[in-house]
Amino acid sequence: MYTVGIDVGSVTTKGVLLNGRDWRHVIRPTGCSPRQAGLEAFEELLGQAGLVRDDISCVIGTGYGRISIPFIDKAITEITCHARGAHHLLEGADMVVDIGGQDSKVILTDGRGNVVNFAMNDKCAAGTGRFLEVIAAALGADVSELADLARGAEPVQISSMCTVFAESEVISLLAQGVDRGRIIAGIHRSVASRVAAMAERLGKGGLILFTGGVAKNDGVREFLARELGRETLVVPESQLAGALGAALLAREKPVRKER
Amino acid sequence: MRPQMMKIFENMRADNALTVQNAKDNGFKVVGMFCAFSPQELVLAAGALPVSLCGTRQEPIPAAEKTLPRNLCPLIKSSFGFAVTDTCPYFRASDFVIAETTCDGKKKMFELLAQYKPLHVMHLPQGTDRSGALQWWLEEMNLLKERLEEHLEVTINQEDLRAAIKLSNRERQALKNLLEVNRLDPAPLTGMDMLTAIWVRGFNVDKEEGIGLIEQLTEEIRNIAGQGISPFAKGTPRILLTGCPVGTGCEKVVRLLEECGGSVVCYENCTGIKTLEYLVDEDEQRDPMEAIAERYLQIPCSCISPNPGRLELISKLVADYQVDGVVDLSWQACHTYIVEGELVRRHVRDNCGVPYIQLETDYSTSDIEQLKTRISAFIEMLNGS
Ligand code: SF4
Ligand code: SF4
Repeated sequence: MYTVGIDVGSVTTKGVLLNGRDWRHVIRPTGCSPRQAGLEAFEELLGQAGLVRDDISCVIGTGYGRISIPFIDKAITEITCHARGAHHLLEGADMVVDIGGQDSKVILTDGRGNVVNFAMNDKCAAGTGRFLEVIAAALGADVSELADLARGAEPVQISSMCTVFAESEVISLLAQGVDRGRIIAGIHRSVASRVAAMAERLGKGGLILFTGGVAKNDGVREFLARELGRETLVVPESQLAGALGAALLAREKPVRKER
Repeated sequence: MRPQMMKIFENMRADNALTVQNAKDNGFKVVGMFCAFSPQELVLAAGALPVSLCGTRQEPIPAAEKTLPRNLCPLIKSSFGFAVTDTCPYFRASDFVIAETTCDGKKKMFELLAQYKPLHVMHLPQGTDRSGALQWWLEEMNLLKERLEEHLEVTINQEDLRAAIKLSNRERQALKNLLEVNRLDPAPLTGMDMLTAIWVRGFNVDKEEGIGLIEQLTEEIRNIAGQGISPFAKGTPRILLTGCPVGTGCEKVVRLLEECGGSVVCYENCTGIKTLEYLVDEDEQRDPMEAIAERYLQIPCSCISPNPGRLELISKLVADYQVDGVVDLSWQACHTYIVEGELVRRHVRDNCGVPYIQLETDYSTSDIEQLKTRISAFIEMLNGS
């Protein structure tokens, strides 16, 4: 039985084709048309596997663009899909921390992939990938270099939560001659503590899976683990948790939309 | 099958604006009220028409923001905006306005509002757990009575008060009976329709007629339910809505909850049960003013500190309405409800055994997509368990 999960995020669109224990995936930029990106990801998956639409028992769409893709059988939120996908990617994980480009979320699960509680920040850039991007630009660095630049540095205290104020705070710290690595470490800690505060309110998780674009930044991961006092892991496929979860849910509770 | 009667309720706010105007032309006085703590019995006993002025629409908010800070609860801004733009027929018709010292934003807004209408602010005690609280509130009732008598040029006598108590209790009981039809599973009336039906009580000029309509609607719904008809499939997650007041115009959370696959079966907030649960003691031996004061002080609003009554009420409603999940709606910048949310969250987790979510939003449509994600995820969670 083939099922597909399509996760249309704000920055990238992910697709997973699942069959038994095997799964394959595609990743592409969402660009300005979530609808187009979703469709292309789906067709690419079918093309790679030499399948047609009718071979697929159920397609589930997720992510912020889930409502714009017409070819799916059902839409499920990224919260539910992430929880399910995380369970598959990291056995025993009972909390997912996802920090994406525009939002961050924490999901507490029952350890079997079902959501027990969740919290989201989608109102403000603090504690998201966007925050890191703005600060990286102010420091003349690329986001991908941040973790290396900060390695081993003692974090300075960044007091502003707001992206705009934090940016000017960073500039004035630079002017005072504070080491760039220490500033970046401070920024990592600031993102981590913001998200950790959200996680604390949900209750204790045991093993945490860290996903989303920011999960690539090991500096943030380390502070997150320290703030939460729990093991916080990243797996190579963590970016695919949502799409994989959608494909798994499509297999477990298949629905077929009349077409 | 949607009850036929709903058509009448849908148009009532607009229709009754005319009725109020006619009544005024015939010499009736109109008294506007902002909050569930305003004792409508006193207004009725004075022979005047009580109307609700609680702002539930986005439209007048930009005008209010010329004077009030943007970072203020939308209910306060909407209420004030209606007054300054003169776009609420009920505010315009009001000869006198009753207000209370509830939350900080509201009580200071009333100081500004006093420029537009003769207004009396009742001082609510901070809490109900001090020996002097009831006595204080009774004195406030007596002061309001004097003010009403002065302004409306009437005397409020005991007999009229007793009649007003009976009438108001009947209205509460009728509304409560209506709400209780949704104890059935699946619920026979959508949360959206229920909101429309209970919201218009604030614009019901002729109380007797209003009670009659509510009873007819209840009867019709019972008949529909008797045939086993419901707008919801069996197993649809049943939601209890608690928190800030909701009315027509700011029902977006209720709409989204039902669009995303839930059924809003009960309103704990002061739009619903919170104001209907407690009746005024009709004992003829008692001083009616004291009976009224006692009843209003029972309302478990977050402006009262501490406010254990709300937690008790939530527990009761979760059981009575077979609730699957509790949604706590907080208007942005409503400190009392937002902070109390933490206590509600713990209470629901430890005592009710059902999931809880707090949603913070305003009257605008700017966050619809984000809300939809939260609400859908919450419903998916209820369906999963
Ligand atoms: S929530 Fe409290 S303050 Fe607000 S209208 Fe209701 S009773 Fe009044
Ligand atoms: S919703 Fe909250 S802030 Fe707004 S008027 Fe009511 S108590 Fe005050």
